[in-house]
Amino acid sequence: MIEQIDLTMVNWARATFALTAMYHWIFVPLTLGLSFICAFFESIYVKTGDEQWKKLTRFWMTLFGINFAIGVATGIILEFEFGTNWSNYSWMVGDIFGAPLAIEGLAAFFLEATFFAVMFFGWNRVSKKAHLFATWMVAVGSNLSAVWILIANGWMQNPVGMKFNPDLARFEMTDFGALVFSPVAISHFVHVTSSAFLYASLFVVAVSSWYLLKKRHIQFAKRSLTVACTFGLLASLFVAYTGDEHAYHAANVQPMKLAAMEGLYDGEAPAGLVAAGLLNFSKKPGDDEDPFIFKVKIPMVLSLLANRDINSFVPGINDLVYGNTAENIMGVEEKMVRGKLAVAGLGDYKAAQNVGDQLAASKALTLFEKNSDYLGYGYLDSAEQAVPYVPLIFYSFRVMVGLGTFFIFLFAAYLYLLYKDQLEKQPLLLKLGAFSFFLGLVAHEAGWIVTEVGRQPWAIQDLLPVTIARSNLDAGTVEVTFFMFLILFTALLIAELKIMTKQISIGPEGD
Amino acid sequence: MFGSLDWSTLQQLWWFITTLVGSLFIFLTFVQGGQTLLSTLSLTEDEKILVVNSLGRKWELTFTTLVMFGGALFAAFPLFYATSFGGAYWVWILILFTFIIQAVSYEYRRKPNNFLGKGVYDAFLFINGSIGILLIGIAVGTFFTGSNFTLNDYNLVFWDHPLRGLEAAFSFFNLSFGLFLVFLARTLGALYLANNLGHETLVAKLKNSSFNNLLCALPFLLYVLINLILMDGYAVNPADGTVVLEANKYLHNLLQMPLNLILLLVGLILVVLGVVLNRFTASVRGIWLSGPGTVLTGLALFFLAGYNNTAFYPSKIDLNSSLTIYNASSSHYTLTVMTYVALLVPVVLGYISWTWRQMDSKKLTLEELAADKKSY
Ligand code: HDD
Ligand code: HEM
Ligand code: HEM
Repeated sequence: MIEQIDLTMVNWARATFALTAMYHWIFVPLTLGLSFICAFFESIYVKTGDEQWKKLTRFWMTLFGINFAIGVATGIILEFEFGTNWSNYSWMVGDIFGAPLAIEGLAAFFLEATFFAVMFFGWNRVSKKAHLFATWMVAVGSNLSAVWILIANGWMQNPVGMKFNPDLARFEMTDFGALVFSPVAISHFVHVTSSAFLYASLFVVAVSSWYLLKKRHIQFAKRSLTVACTFGLLASLFVAYTGDEHAYHAANVQPMKLAAMEGLYDGEAPAGLVAAGLLNFSKKPGDDEDPFIFKVKIPMVLSLLANRDINSFVPGINDLVYGNTAENIMGVEEKMVRGKLAVAGLGDYKAAQNVGDQLAASKALTLFEKNSDYLGYGYLDSAEQAVPYVPLIFYSFRVMVGLGTFFIFLFAAYLYLLYKDQLEKQPLLLKLGAFSFFLGLVAHEAGWIVTEVGRQPWAIQDLLPVTIARSNLDAGTVEVTFFMFLILFTALLIAELKIMTKQISIGPEGD
Repeated sequence: MFGSLDWSTLQQLWWFITTLVGSLFIFLTFVQGGQTLLSTLSLTEDEKILVVNSLGRKWELTFTTLVMFGGALFAAFPLFYATSFGGAYWVWILILFTFIIQAVSYEYRRKPNNFLGKGVYDAFLFINGSIGILLIGIAVGTFFTGSNFTLNDYNLVFWDHPLRGLEAAFSFFNLSFGLFLVFLARTLGALYLANNLGHETLVAKLKNSSFNNLLCALPFLLYVLINLILMDGYAVNPADGTVVLEANKYLHNLLQMPLNLILLLVGLILVVLGVVLNRFTASVRGIWLSGPGTVLTGLALFFLAGYNNTAFYPSKIDLNSSLTIYNASSSHYTLTVMTYVALLVPVVLGYISWTWRQMDSKKLTLEELAADKKSY
């Protein structure tokens, strides 16, 4: 269907997607969490009538607004980037993938956009209660947008509820419910929102710790910390719990991703979890080298995590690429053979239809349908191509999980010291707290790298490789846009950071 | 319920829903129009602040409607989404750029320590209002003049012009369409602001400005309308889906769909009436005629492009690659699902108008802005 594959173009398109998505993700989780934190603060204000809480609410809202603007700016690119850079994808799965994106706009973005204006400019124009309602609606709206976009992304990880239509050469939706209630999508959503709450809590912790270090706005900072650390501790516990669920789903629907996360080349029963390790970079699938230079392994834990059974078999990269008859695993090599039959069947079907040969068409269609589950594999050139880049995934995963564990202790320590009223006397901890916001960002981006790089080479798991999903553009065009985005987004990020830090140093009294 | 509707009914329904969003967007470009007025009307610093703040309460709505338009096209007409965005690449990328820079400008322009300086953010607003809208008009113009693409057997798009969509700007028709939208947006911007602000001299300026901008829009509008009546159009043979060039196709559409003609005339009259009302009477409420008038006009133009067996996104170089609302749409199942989702549209419109009324019941004044440190 595509005569020649321009790999440089594909790579620039991937880089552009990674760039824009990762920029979007600097701001989005803060919006998701901070909107709720603002709503908490304002609820306390409405309940108590204490003007101090109003001041506090308005301060965090100002920071929210600065962040929101650039979040929106980076979002619009993503919405259209599927069309511009991944137009074959957009046609081939648009029938399914377009729906959640449209619903996101209608059910979520309008809620945010409409009530955002009330939240910022309505203080003297609508009643106190109506204003509080608006603030809650912004929080609900932004989190609803997360629901829908993660349903879309979850479907790319685990495509369900559709079938291929050979006449139009596209996938079509057959079961919307399967899409929406896909366990992968749900586990995606709960993990992402809870980690966003965690991230926003870290933001409040960072700003408040800085005030405590500077001995400014002490009362204000402590009030903010009490709310944020409670929220953050709950969120971080939940993040760890949902992260474990997430890995369990990955093990089921994307075993290759799990193997890459663990650097597991030869499957084991029972399988141990590598708590820490140093990878051997020259290791390739199929060779005899040891994947690790050094590792600390906890026995049986991986089997437990992947299959909820401590003695179960967890397949490694080699099992998945070359097959393992004992464990009944079909390898990529065999899937490629079937996939090529499907591709050929589809081509013959088209050709026969063009010349009006009904008999040949129906024969070709039968061939296609027998092998269509492996269609995507037909576009691979070698079995090893189905293996994502292991080191990036392996280390990103450990960075995320390590930080996740650390944040639990951080919030607990803050809460304890707040309770004892000893927090100001711990400058070292306060410095660590101020720095942790940045660590939160690292954990987030690392999480997405695990998810997205771990899915490679697939745009849609097992069905559509990125080499086919692309637009028919030349590499230079996409390269130019990449740098346009890089320059523009970086300039805007610098502006955002400067404005944000200035507002923080002005502080709540400037209101 | 909706599942029992046949596919072509759903396709027509979805052309209506999608283009309704598009037409509402054109109305809401009063924000963009207002942004260009900011630098072309001679305003005092106070007046500028009023204008920015008034627009600043609405820009998100316009922006989100554009996003929604994209989303609705993706869900309901994925082949158009793939063909146009992936094909006419540069037009869309540039349009998107003008919206990225808009999104941060209100919030950042007067904040201390804002890196680029107020002048740059104001320039961003101007670029969004002028080039952004011009390019959107040029893109919509190709609904009538056609583009340079072919689809292969697998419906994958190949674009046949190195400018990737920007070549559409070489058509005088498309350019006129774009310029018409730019001046229309400015007209609407002046009308909206006149209604929203409590500042006598500024309102007087705006009332004049809406009239002047309508005068500027008229020649381009006339050029577009006359051409529409005279030009060949891309007609679809309903029996086998083949596309042929038909002389005066759009004129035929107007005559064969009298409702469409009425929609267009009523729409245009309302637009003009609103402006006349503002210019020649003491009223400032012209936006409530011209705004809905714009929506009707937009709908009429989109209907002209898509209904009555017309190809709404024609290919000049390979007629049979042209997109129609039938060959570009989602499956019956997806359209059915989306129709249920569309039941939310009235709810959304409902809370938008409720909050709009709450927020705009009092005129925006300098006194109010002075009392609020969070103003733009
Ligand atoms: C503050 C951020 C943060 C923290 C501390 C954690 N995560 Fe996470 N994680 C994310 C933020 C995140 C994320 C950015 O939100 C991801 C990317 C995609 C997604 O669904 O969530 C993610 C993805 C992600 C995946 C990839 C699953 C897939 O896509 O197939 C797994 C297995 C985990 N996480 C597991 C964990 C575990 C066991 C954690 C232990 C504490 C953890 N995460 C902490
Ligand atoms: C906002 C957080 C996200 C980040 C940081 C992120 C990151 C990335 C990265 C790093 C890649 C490149 C992977 C590679 O090629 O090796 C990528 C690709 C991609 N992502 Fe994501 N992603 C995010 C969210 C999403 C969501 C929500 C969707 C879908 C709704 C999505 C869809 C895609 C697509 C279509 C590609 C291109 C095809 C591909 O390379 O697989 N991403 N993303
Ligand atoms: C590739 C996938 C994505 C696309 C196409 C996308 C699209 C967009 C668009 C168009 C906007 C601007 C909306 C407006 O007009 O107000 C936006 C903002 C937003 N998006 Fe994304 N987005 C993506 C990934 C994500 C993810 C993964 C999440 C959450 C889990 C998310 C949550 C949000 C939120 C909360 C906003 C509100 C403003 C802000 O970012 O601060 N988005 N997104």
